[in-house]
Amino acid sequence: MAKYILKRILYLFLTLFIIASITFFLMKLLPGTPFSNQNRMSADQLKIVKAQYGLDQSVGVQYVRYMVGLLHGNLGTSFQFNNEPVTALIGQRLAPSMQIGAQAMILGTVLGILLGAVAAIRKNTWVDTLATFISILGLSIPSFVLAVLLQFYLAYKWKIYPVALWDNFQSSVLPTLALTALPLGTVARFMRTEMVDVMSSDYIELAKSKGNPNWRVVAKHALRNSLIPVVTIIGPMAVSVMTGSMVVENIFSIPGIGEQFVKSITTNDYPTIMGLTIFYSFLLIIVYLIVDILYGLIDPRIRLGNGGKE
Amino acid sequence: MDKILEVKDLHVDFDTYNGTVHAIRGVNFHLNAGETLAIVGESGSGKSITVRSVLQLLASNATISKGEVLYHGDDLLQKSDKEMDKLRGNKISMIFQDPMTSLDPTMTIGKQVAEPLLIHNNISQKDALKRAEEVLRLVGIPNPAARMKDYPHQFSGGQRQRIVIAIAIVDYPEILIADEPTTALDVTVQAQIIDLLKELQQKIGTSIIFITHDLGVVAGIADRVAVMYAGRFVEYGSVDDIFYNPQHPYTWGLLDSMPTLDTNEDARLNSIPGTPPNLLDPPKGDAFAPRNAYAMQIDEEQQPPFFKVSKNHFAATWLLHPDAPKVTPPAAILNRYKKFEKLGGNAK
Amino acid sequence: MDQIPQIPKEKFKLVHDENNKEQEKIGTPSLTYMQDVRRRLFKNKVAVVCLTLLSIIVLISIFAPVIAPHDPNAQQVTLSNLPPKLGNLNIPGMNGYQNMGGHMVDAYKQAGAPKGTSFILGTDYLGRDLLSRIIYGTRLSLIVAVLATLVDLLIGVPYGIVSGWKGGRTDTVMQRIVEIVSSIPNLIVVILMMIVLKPGLTSIVIAIAITGWVTMARLIRAQTFQLKEQEYILAARTLGEPSMKIATKHLIPNLSSTIIIQTMFTIPNAIFFEAFLSFIGIGIPAPNASLGTLLSDGQKAFRFLPYQMWAPAIILSIIMIATNLLGDGLRDAFDPQSSEH
Repeated sequence: MAKYILKRILYLFLTLFIIASITFFLMKLLPGTPFSNQNRMSADQLKIVKAQYGLDQSVGVQYVRYMVGLLHGNLGTSFQFNNEPVTALIGQRLAPSMQIGAQAMILGTVLGILLGAVAAIRKNTWVDTLATFISILGLSIPSFVLAVLLQFYLAYKWKIYPVALWDNFQSSVLPTLALTALPLGTVARFMRTEMVDVMSSDYIELAKSKGNPNWRVVAKHALRNSLIPVVTIIGPMAVSVMTGSMVVENIFSIPGIGEQFVKSITTNDYPTIMGLTIFYSFLLIIVYLIVDILYGLIDPRIRLGNGGKE
Repeated sequence: MDKILEVKDLHVDFDTYNGTVHAIRGVNFHLNAGETLAIVGESGSGKSITVRSVLQLLASNATISKGEVLYHGDDLLQKSDKEMDKLRGNKISMIFQDPMTSLDPTMTIGKQVAEPLLIHNNISQKDALKRAEEVLRLVGIPNPAARMKDYPHQFSGGQRQRIVIAIAIVDYPEILIADEPTTALDVTVQAQIIDLLKELQQKIGTSIIFITHDLGVVAGIADRVAVMYAGRFVEYGSVDDIFYNPQHPYTWGLLDSMPTLDTNEDARLNSIPGTPPNLLDPPKGDAFAPRNAYAMQIDEEQQPPFFKVSKNHFAATWLLHPDAPKVTPPAAILNRYKKFEKLGGNAK
Repeated sequence: MDQIPQIPKEKFKLVHDENNKEQEKIGTPSLTYMQDVRRRLFKNKVAVVCLTLLSIIVLISIFAPVIAPHDPNAQQVTLSNLPPKLGNLNIPGMNGYQNMGGHMVDAYKQAGAPKGTSFILGTDYLGRDLLSRIIYGTRLSLIVAVLATLVDLLIGVPYGIVSGWKGGRTDTVMQRIVEIVSSIPNLIVVILMMIVLKPGLTSIVIAIAITGWVTMARLIRAQTFQLKEQEYILAARTLGEPSMKIATKHLIPNLSSTIIIQTMFTIPNAIFFEAFLSFIGIGIPAPNASLGTLLSDGQKAFRFLPYQMWAPAIILSIIMIATNLLGDGLRDAFDPQSSEH
């Protein structure tokens, strides 16, 4: 296990290095300069500003510089936003994104597990049909469509929640709900498939033959065995929640990194785009790594290896 | 002898994509206290479904359309699910075919063996685990104390089947249903498991219903044998009756396709031609007739009743009708008849 | 049986094996695999409904120039933001009336629209016919989806087959590449590509395809690995059939179910990406309509003119739901065990 983790961490750095390099050269390929007020600057002024950002050097030198900075945790300086270091920018904006992201993941996973389990237990009844319908809706309706609908009805029309504001928990409800649909649908569907599979397995039949009442068969045997594989889809779910949060944060004016990312894209703030790209990648790779380790820990078949097997 | 279980006129239907399959079409049998009854038949003959009906552990598309399952005279088919749960794993328990998939992969074997005790008895977790350890030793798991916390994947196939057996006997059941418990195992391990079952039967005095498609296994364990074909019994009697005085052509076919010590090295084993009938639309007469070289016209028209061969030996074939022509069974069967006479029987 | 039934003697004639041939027949009529798949698919009502809906949407998109009542990009600023109106039918919500300061007002009259003018789904802020824009927008979104899927197939399927078939070092190297590509979040690659390339249809297709093929390649590789060990493939190899022939004659037909099912999940994915990119403003450039740009425009006016958002949102959701459900239906049809056991 330790060897495996070490190998994964090495891969993590390799991947990050590749992503950083690709991002860097892609940004250099972009036409024009990144300064929005470029037209109003004289040639001399432009030269000074370029020198200030190190843009007067050759691409090779800039690349080495950037990568060395990266090793020290320096993601460069934003062209917009008062020349703030990108890391500081991320630091300020991380909390709201993390909050709604985590809320949505947890809520979506818990509800999804319940929905999927109920559907599997009541397989081929109207309960199953309804649960499947809900999870398909969750999977199919893009989070930004849902966000706009929630904003219009729950905030604007019925005034239950704030329209676009970020201060207390109340204001995180709607964005969380908008982001919950996808993980909920994904988990519910996955859970149902897993559990239907488990419920038809030999060991469930044996559990029934022991005299376990139905609820006990589900609680003691079926749930645990179907829950373990659900861990594997947390990674992809984190990606989709992150994707969703970019627009959802925009719609609800939440000062998070998603909103920052979209803003940077529209203002051509390259250092911030680069920094956030690397940061997002890092975040996701870490999530994938943790999930894989977690999976190994909770599944005895992996945790204890295949010792003793014929 | 005490009849502890009696199945009367059992009919089981399955709803499938193509229509209703009449999988069990009127099965009657009983189980005496302390004996081992083997049910033999090829795959699809309905042996598994028959015994699963006793515990009512059937697939969701199955319905028991008719019949009685009397346990000490009590019809189990009239019982609620809750009442059945009290019997399952306690009075009647079951051993499954495939030990590789029958154990919960995420639960320690100690807990799995202790589970029936915790469900059925008012017993502490600690005592249950202690008892589980004893039973694991009884079924021949080496060093059980240390292995209680291990998971199924850490055991070999044979050991897993021992664990499955431990689960089945941990609460000293009156009836043990073994559904092809040796089929998925190596031949050497098969013999060990059979010996273990015999030994346990002596120790705890349980009755066993043993299901198999392998007649070779039956000789070693059963007191009585029932031969099943296409959802019905075709012949039943003592082991000697079935092995040395078989009457139904299907039993002949089964025995003829089995090698014995007398079989010459270069002799070819015979097989029964054809395939079992489609039970979506069961035949009117004897279901075996189309594959039967001794079939008569009546076989196609009318289901044969059971004819008495001797006190406990019955066979459902029209060949036993007084008006039927005398036929000569295959040579291998005639050899068996000779042995039967040596055993002191009176073969036909 | 103590009582022996009385049976006419002639019935006891041995009939021997004249029946043996007859019973070799199998009871139910046998179907080829594809026939069986089709039968199971058409028995699934949900899948049939989805297939029908999607077919209608696809047909409308193909014949958009004939069906669309107006030029989707023609602006008539005087007729901006008109509510839906269906001819002269007086259906509430479809009669061209609009709530203005608490009164229902005929918006068409107020805008000075010529008599008989009606826009079934109303107009947008530039006076463009919304229905026509939605028809063309759907068409564009579907084009993106089809092209992205095509690229997906052209890269992913051969990549997976080669990787799985060759095995050994080739496979190791190819799998490392897949691992690295798949550890970069899709969306980030797509966004980066969109920033670097000129916004537009081609860029979107390239951006989606760059990451999209990975899943397909993985599935195909795993399946090829399994198929490689199958007896009929081994037989073909032993007989010295060239690899190319084995691939086209044996592999592709057996991979078809995986390919078809995966495609059904690539399509909504591509549609979603297009909508997402256009929604944040780096997708299809104005004035062209796609479902994403329509949603983005609609969202801006949603508070006062909700119909501008509802129509594209519903169409987008229907396409997504229908493809997802059809994908499920296809999976069940190809592999009945996945749902039935």
